[in-house]
Amino acid sequence: MIEKLLRTFMSWTAVTQIFHSLFRISASLSGDVGVLHVLESEANLDWVLKTGPNPPYMVILDSTLFTRSIMMKLKTGSSRVAGVVVVAPSSNPSEGFSPHTTCPNENSGVYSESYDPALAHCNVTVWNPLGNGLSYEEYDFPMFSLKDDNDTQAIKQCYYNHNHVVNGSSPQYPLCAMQLYSHMSAVTDTATCMRRNGINFSLNPETVCDPLGDFNVLASTRPLNYTDKGHKTGESVVIAAARLDSRSFFFDIAPGAESAASGFVTLLAAAHALRNATQEAEPNRTILYAFFQGETFDYIGSSRLVYDMENKQFPLDLDNVHSVLEIGQVGLHGESKLWVHTDPVSRRNSSVNEEVEKLIKNLNSSALNLNFSLQEPSFSQPLPPSSLQRFLRARPIPGVVIQNHNSAFTNKYYESMYDNAEYLNMSYPPNLTPEEQLEYITDAAKALTEAATIVARALYTQAGGSDPIQLQNINVDSQMVTQMLYGFLVKSNNSWFQQMVPSDFAIHLRDRPTNFYVGVTQQHSEPTFLVQYLLANLTGTTVNITQDNCQNQREGEDDKESKHIYSYMWVQGAAPPNSTERVAFCVRSTVRLSKALSPAFDLKEYTSKDYSTWTESRWKSIKGRIFLVASHELEMLTLGVGVAVLIASLMLTYIISSKADILFSSGREPTAATY
Amino acid sequence: LTLCWFFYLAIGHHIPIYTQCLILVISNKESAAQQKGLLIFGVVLSVLLQETFRFAYYKLLKKANEGLLTLSQEETMPISIRQLAYVSGLGFGFMSGAFSVVNILADSAGPGTVGIHGDSQHYFLSSAFMTMAIILLHMFWGVVFFDACEKQRWWAVGAVVISHLLVSCLTFQNPEYVASLVPTYVILFLMGVWAFYSAGGSLKNLKLCLTCKDKDLLLANHRPR
Repeated sequence: MIEKLLRTFMSWTAVTQIFHSLFRISASLSGDVGVLHVLESEANLDWVLKTGPNPPYMVILDSTLFTRSIMMKLKTGSSRVAGVVVVAPSSNPSEGFSPHTTCPNENSGVYSESYDPALAHCNVTVWNPLGNGLSYEEYDFPMFSLKDDNDTQAIKQCYYNHNHVVNGSSPQYPLCAMQLYSHMSAVTDTATCMRRNGINFSLNPETVCDPLGDFNVLASTRPLNYTDKGHKTGESVVIAAARLDSRSFFFDIAPGAESAASGFVTLLAAAHALRNATQEAEPNRTILYAFFQGETFDYIGSSRLVYDMENKQFPLDLDNVHSVLEIGQVGLHGESKLWVHTDPVSRRNSSVNEEVEKLIKNLNSSALNLNFSLQEPSFSQPLPPSSLQRFLRARPIPGVVIQNHNSAFTNKYYESMYDNAEYLNMSYPPNLTPEEQLEYITDAAKALTEAATIVARALYTQAGGSDPIQLQNINVDSQMVTQMLYGFLVKSNNSWFQQMVPSDFAIHLRDRPTNFYVGVTQQHSEPTFLVQYLLANLTGTTVNITQDNCQNQREGEDDKESKHIYSYMWVQGAAPPNSTERVAFCVRSTVRLSKALSPAFDLKEYTSKDYSTWTESRWKSIKGRIFLVASHELEMLTLGVGVAVLIASLMLTYIISSKADILFSSGREPTAATY
Repeated sequence: LTLCWFFYLAIGHHIPIYTQCLILVISNKESAAQQKGLLIFGVVLSVLLQETFRFAYYKLLKKANEGLLTLSQEETMPISIRQLAYVSGLGFGFMSGAFSVVNILADSAGPGTVGIHGDSQHYFLSSAFMTMAIILLHMFWGVVFFDACEKQRWWAVGAVVISHLLVSCLTFQNPEYVASLVPTYVILFLMGVWAFYSAGGSLKNLKLCLTCKDKDLLLANHRPR
């Protein structure tokens, strides 16, 4: 009860996380307390940084004020700033916002001084011009994000009631203040915190940070024997790649609609469309579908796969790779045109160039019969940030990256919390139930269906398939594309996903958009699992074996070989129309998870320039609360009065007890009578 | 010995206080109007319970003291009934004060002060003064009560009960701190004077002490301290 009188806990939706190598925020162990200040404009920053009489301040920013110039000023004045709260708007800002740098993954791609100095550091094309680099700065105060709802209104109201200043006068105590808890254990950078992880003076060495990472999801049209690592003679593989992850400034919100989902959903749909063609009339090359995790953070997944291939830790090696077709950001906003990016340096080699030209020709011929156009960029420019760059770092491999932009990104919200379903034009008519929304084919789905069909047919041809009838029959189902987009960008807890996952994962399906942040290695991210199960169902076959055999990765009691080649999943299935019991079944597929942890951590090279060294700090609870703070004078007065009363009562007690005989003598009778 | 009695009484007296807290906790779960009603009922009940316990303690202590006297060799009582009254009252007051203030102290340890929902920020100061008043009042009530029971003056016992009820009900005036504190302190002063007189004090003694003539008086009457 008294706690309620004193302070109100607010419900926080997100907070920034501390990463390493470049980005850092620090917060104190007991929480940071600051007097609230709602920032009205950039000029109002003066109050916070110079003139305000009650520092430190807890600054509340509307999203329009969350810009680089304001944040940099707050950063330099951080002794007077206790924390920053950003109020997330309910709709995307029209001018765009990207907290990533202007040249994403600048130092971990293939374009360096040694490869081609003219192309390094985005000298030719600045890929992310709207990037303000906020995610890659160090801050000395915590930063939280709040949805614009009743709690936020209460906070602003508290400010207007108590702290608001009119005409330059100082606000009177008591003032409204806020406390934010987001203590992060790790400090400085990855090398320091990994070193501290290893120190074990006590019985329980405390881990302060963990490397980022997860798993890549891989599948192939022909099964690979995963115990047979290293070069596989006679095998020629076409890698079809897409990235799985995204991020934003704040933890727990990374909708990644265009930066991640558009790409991998297209690849998933293409893989499904190719299922029949690759099973019935097998083309001579194998297609390896690769969904890389952690690409946002200096290509964790793809660098790991290349490393494994180079070190004979994978059933294929780089000599087996024939070509790479990567699907980047392919969300379309009205136009029916995609761009095919290639690497000019590797194309100086004539044999590589020849293969690239063939690949582009395949793509173009697939696009002919559809109302689509695929073009190469009008001038020679390097590859945009893509997993192909890591392959090229190892050796020149023919490859293309399909994007929706000619030169700079058209994505205004690259790697930000605004890159969501709304941006991808996934608009549903009003008054639809969730089930109806799941089935409704949005414009975004239609566009991606076209893109996926092109990719699927091109892959078929690239893999050596030559049957024109098969080619014509490769068609992507737009119903499936829209269901996938709904599941990843609106709600993963829907009936279609429910059918395709095992029952123990079904409870993890959420009623909110998927969070595409890769997270630490120990914690498995939701998109990895979802893509794994989806890929298994879409490229695999149902086999009629018992649940016990299925879950033990074998087809029969004595089968010891199948688990090296196939993977078996016991999925929930759907309930038939007249009952509520789901009919579960076993799906056999070639889907595998391969570890996506940066080689820097295996090699213990924490300052490596070749591999990603991103880590995330351990943190305790994240919460915040608001209350009023009293003036210093009142606090001193209370203390003074208390001490005075204590001393006075002690003295009085002593005096009275020493004179008790006299003071209380009149009632006493001369004889000592008992009462 | 006084100290022993004090601690025993302090611990023993927390039964009625505890029931009062229980009632408050239960009443928290009801709606606002019901809560107010239940709170009033709870307060009245707990006051009556406390006074009943006080009477029970009086009886118990008298018996115990007489028993001790028969056991011991001395002629006079080891502790007079007046001292018992003082100690019992202080014990009650201490327990009551502790229960009411510990909660507030614990919450005051964090950042900030009362007021975000519009309450006054002088909450802590006034709770502290109120608690002090209650402790002292319990002490004075103890003295008056025991004295009244000794002399069979039942109207005095009734007056103590009524004034206790009055002070408890005054707390319902909060957050009008002036309206609750000032009358409480007036009652405190009056009870203090009454307790002083019933404990054997008088204006003459007071004047003697204050003008430091007590030493001379003692010497004159050859009375040991």
